[in-house]
Amino acid sequence: MPSAPPKVAVYKFSSCDGCQLQLLNLETKLLELVGAVEIAYFLEARRRVLPPPYDVGLVEGSVSTPEEEDRIQQVRRDCKYLVAIGACATSGGIQALRNWANVEEYARYVYAKPEYLSTLETASPVASHVFIDFELRGCPVNQYQLLELVSALLTGRKPNISTHSLCIECKRLGNTCVLVAQGKPCLGPITQVGCGALCPKFNRACYGCFGPMEQPNIPSLGQWFTERLGHTPRDMKRMLRLFNGYLEPFKQASEHYERKEKGG
Amino acid sequence: MTDQKIPVGSRQFLPRSAFEELFAALHKEGYSIVGPKVTDGAVRMQPIGSVAEMPQGIRDNQDGGFYRLEEGEPELWFEYVVGPNGPKEFFFPAQLPLFEFHVQGGRFDLDAGPPQVPKLAFLGVRPCELAAIDVQDRVFGRDDPGTFRCESEPWYLQIRQEALLIAVNCTRPGGTCFCASWGTGPEAAGGYDLALTELKDGFVVAVGSKRGAALAENLSLRAPSGAELELATLKMELAREHMGRQLETPDLKQLLNESIEFPEWDDVARRCLSCGNCTMVCPTCFCCTVSDGSDLSGQEITRTRFWESCFSHQFTYTIAGPERNTIRGRYRHWLRHKLCTWWDQFECSGCVGCGRCITWCPVGIDLTEEAQRLREGSTKHKKRLGVSHGE
Ligand code: SF4
Ligand code: SF4
Ligand code: SF4
Repeated sequence: MPSAPPKVAVYKFSSCDGCQLQLLNLETKLLELVGAVEIAYFLEARRRVLPPPYDVGLVEGSVSTPEEEDRIQQVRRDCKYLVAIGACATSGGIQALRNWANVEEYARYVYAKPEYLSTLETASPVASHVFIDFELRGCPVNQYQLLELVSALLTGRKPNISTHSLCIECKRLGNTCVLVAQGKPCLGPITQVGCGALCPKFNRACYGCFGPMEQPNIPSLGQWFTERLGHTPRDMKRMLRLFNGYLEPFKQASEHYERKEKGG
Repeated sequence: MTDQKIPVGSRQFLPRSAFEELFAALHKEGYSIVGPKVTDGAVRMQPIGSVAEMPQGIRDNQDGGFYRLEEGEPELWFEYVVGPNGPKEFFFPAQLPLFEFHVQGGRFDLDAGPPQVPKLAFLGVRPCELAAIDVQDRVFGRDDPGTFRCESEPWYLQIRQEALLIAVNCTRPGGTCFCASWGTGPEAAGGYDLALTELKDGFVVAVGSKRGAALAENLSLRAPSGAELELATLKMELAREHMGRQLETPDLKQLLNESIEFPEWDDVARRCLSCGNCTMVCPTCFCCTVSDGSDLSGQEITRTRFWESCFSHQFTYTIAGPERNTIRGRYRHWLRHKLCTWWDQFECSGCVGCGRCITWCPVGIDLTEEAQRLREGSTKHKKRLGVSHGE
């Protein structure tokens, strides 16, 4: 064991805090974690801040303001390993929906005094700004994947984080397929594994919150959904543009269905 | 049981009203029963305690990417065919902890007690599944000299030896079944302890082993009438003629060897999602991955085996990258393994015709159709195309 425990920093950018909460929700494991690492910067959990450099930085949230654009550069300089956690940090998140809209117009509807806002045209993933060493998908991230990531970093091994379809895990867990047996538009066959097949387990179709799997075949699933299950191009666009809409290849596919929706 | 009255190989009749005795007899012998039960709109093989849990008056409607339960003949228990799972997941679990290490004072402590093997009786094993169990026996268990074994699997061997198999012959084939093409069904040819054929009033029971005969001693059996035997045979004959799918099996090996560069593969590659569902539901697929984990302290180390799939990009990842980098390459590998290279490896087919990969494919890809396309392609592409590697 190394003499000093590694210093961990947890950062928040534009996000809902749900991924940081997953860390706090580790409960008994959280105590072990606090014993194994030094929490050097984690404003949501403790006021004490130790000065950088840090061994591991976990970033939650997308980059969506000029201030964040600068801050992420400093975060990168402060951390040896930088890991993007959650859909916002890895894809831009739900707030990236505005990337297809006019932000000024949005701001006028939502805020009484939009002139006080200082925002970027787009909400973008951390990796569009700085090099990241690893990413954990999900909205929110999965607790076990978080633990696995930290355990692997501590022992210096590769984290066991798979990138294949959700279906493989769904079948291993013994769920009955909601797409085949109920005709529900499940995104599992194009979505990366990691959530524990939570939605199919409760008879819901996968929403794709872990983002695209390795080499997803979106056109084929889209064809099945539109031709066999009666969904429209608009439905397809909306399914793809949820938590990870701005991440390729969901982004490109959603734009394809948008063109089709408009009669292209 | 030295003085057995019921000979192995004989056929008996079990009246419907006495079917429940089977449960009592199995429980008496210390078996836990794995049988059919409806969960989330599908008939799944799972632990059941009594006949009341079994699906009655229910049949399945299956097609490519489609499965629904419907009303069937009210009294029948076995009108459905195969569901998404089968005995495989009990013999070869989807996730199996192999061992644990504890690091203590600079020493490794291995914690690998012998696995606790349950004593399982499977009720409702279909003929294609018996054939699939035979295939997996070759993969995991069989010790005959000359046959290829992946590796001796202690868990598989033990649980398999303990297990009792009560088969049910198919009198109503499913929409994606094609066991008749392989000769693996609809009537069980062997490998069972008891095999039932369901008629309205009860079951014709074929006794397949000493264990089956011993179990049968506990049941209110009678000799079947000639009409009952004839009806059972007739029903299976009809089933054989009404398979939902068909596969032309002769020369398949040659066909798959000569079609490696056919453009037909591009077409299926456009449809295949590489999601791996087909391999997860296939009763013969045996691929798995072994994954090591450690906890936060680095003192507890575990090794776990998981089902894996040749459709996963990471599965064949080596220092040189993935072995099969495209969906085309992965689907082709899968189909070729099932229908062709399996013969070289295990001297049998990797497909038994259960139809699960067709039903549970989210986009209904059908291996019988793909094989037929290749066949038609082979007459079309007169010019032999070169064989290349590295996809
Ligand atoms: S329910 Fe969804 S995730 Fe599960 S196997 Fe079916 S398509 Fe895949
Ligand atoms: S054949 Fe079907 S089930 Fe198999 S990987 Fe392709 S899409 Fe998935
Ligand atoms: S390849 Fe398909 S039809 Fe053949 S045994 Fe496997 S799941 Fe059944």
